[in-house]
Amino acid sequence: MSQAEAALKNPLDSGATREQELVASVQRGHNELFYELVRPYERRVYAAALAILRNEHEAEDAAQEAMLKALINIAKFRSEARFSTWLIQITVNEALMRRRRERTVQMEALDDREEGSDYAPRDFADWREIPSEALERKEVRQRLAEALATLDNKYREVFVLRDMEHLNIQETAEALGISVASVKTRLLRARLMLRDLLAAGWEQGWFSRLPFEKGSKPW
Amino acid sequence: MVNHEAVDCEQVWREISNYVDGEVDPALRSAMDEHFRACPRCASVLAGTRNVVQLYGDERMLELPSGFSRRLEKRLAKDAGVKGRAWSSWSAWLVPIAAMAVIIGGYKLTTAFTFRPPAKSILAVPASNIPQDLKVVVSNGSRLFHAPGCPLIHDKASERSLTAKEAIEQGYAPCSRCLRQYLKTELRRRARSRAIEAADVAVPNQPDRGDEQEEFITPGH
Repeated sequence: MSQAEAALKNPLDSGATREQELVASVQRGHNELFYELVRPYERRVYAAALAILRNEHEAEDAAQEAMLKALINIAKFRSEARFSTWLIQITVNEALMRRRRERTVQMEALDDREEGSDYAPRDFADWREIPSEALERKEVRQRLAEALATLDNKYREVFVLRDMEHLNIQETAEALGISVASVKTRLLRARLMLRDLLAAGWEQGWFSRLPFEKGSKPW
Repeated sequence: MVNHEAVDCEQVWREISNYVDGEVDPALRSAMDEHFRACPRCASVLAGTRNVVQLYGDERMLELPSGFSRRLEKRLAKDAGVKGRAWSSWSAWLVPIAAMAVIIGGYKLTTAFTFRPPAKSILAVPASNIPQDLKVVVSNGSRLFHAPGCPLIHDKASERSLTAKEAIEQGYAPCSRCLRQYLKTELRRRARSRAIEAADVAVPNQPDRGDEQEEFITPGH
């Protein structure tokens, strides 16, 4: 099978091949190709930084700094890993370092207190599905972002890396320097808390003008 | 330890995230499936959890602040010599300038084609810098306009006077003999390479003046 046929058969493979070529070129000193390499991950890099720093300006600066560090350290990247994961890990390190610089040890200790997995969901019967099409509306995205912002750091970080950045459990654990068990526990709580927040938001009329409001749901 | 044969609500909540991720063993999955069928409350929790994962996992939730990419490119260019998509600050100005050029050029082209009649000859185009109010003459059966008294005026009985501007607007081309000074090289090149279309188009077989590189200029108004 020719390379072109292979690319047609599996465009993801061809994208991955192109990425490998770009990595190799940048490692050989073709810095001018670096932006092409990182461009597909701009959003994820920024979202990871924002999840940790909770400040748009600071997150943008951290994202830029992380990109620069990735370029400086590109020789250390090994092709066994996914480039996106490596880039996100650098970003998380950069953001965590900034946060540590600014916050006291006492605050972190307080933040780390509760770790139980005995979270009980609320609003059992009131959940109504929010269809993906609703994300076209800025208002809905804003509401979801606000709900996410109310979570404690440790839940939000795990949730963003796992469910928004699509790292796996192991990668999330490595990026944050915590155990796999902690990732699973925090992820569970983050998901259930968000579910409760969105259900409560529904009752408060957050999504009141949305087209899917009418009609009953089976639950 | 979870009893896989019959799980209660609390056990289901504890494992629901792993269930959504497909990370529970088959026996527990089967027990949970059965529980969800029988328990609308837990089915509601499952639906909500899945919905949360689906919504937040959508690419649209990853929004960038306005201008993020441009600022990132600038930073990379400044601190690491990384070139971006040619969107640097100075070149960004090229876009509105180019747009203006296209608009103005388009207008010029439109007006050129709109207000000027088709030339009566392929030789009509390459004339330039003829004074607009120069008195010239045209006559029947000819596609050229001449300086008064030119020996090549065809059918002198039908001769009529007008300005150079009017002659050009009516599609006449300057006589290559009496108005040669206003012709460009293109005229002679074309004239030599094609058969002469009209009997009265006289193209003097004069030696080139060495101006073959002159720019081709269309008549001005």
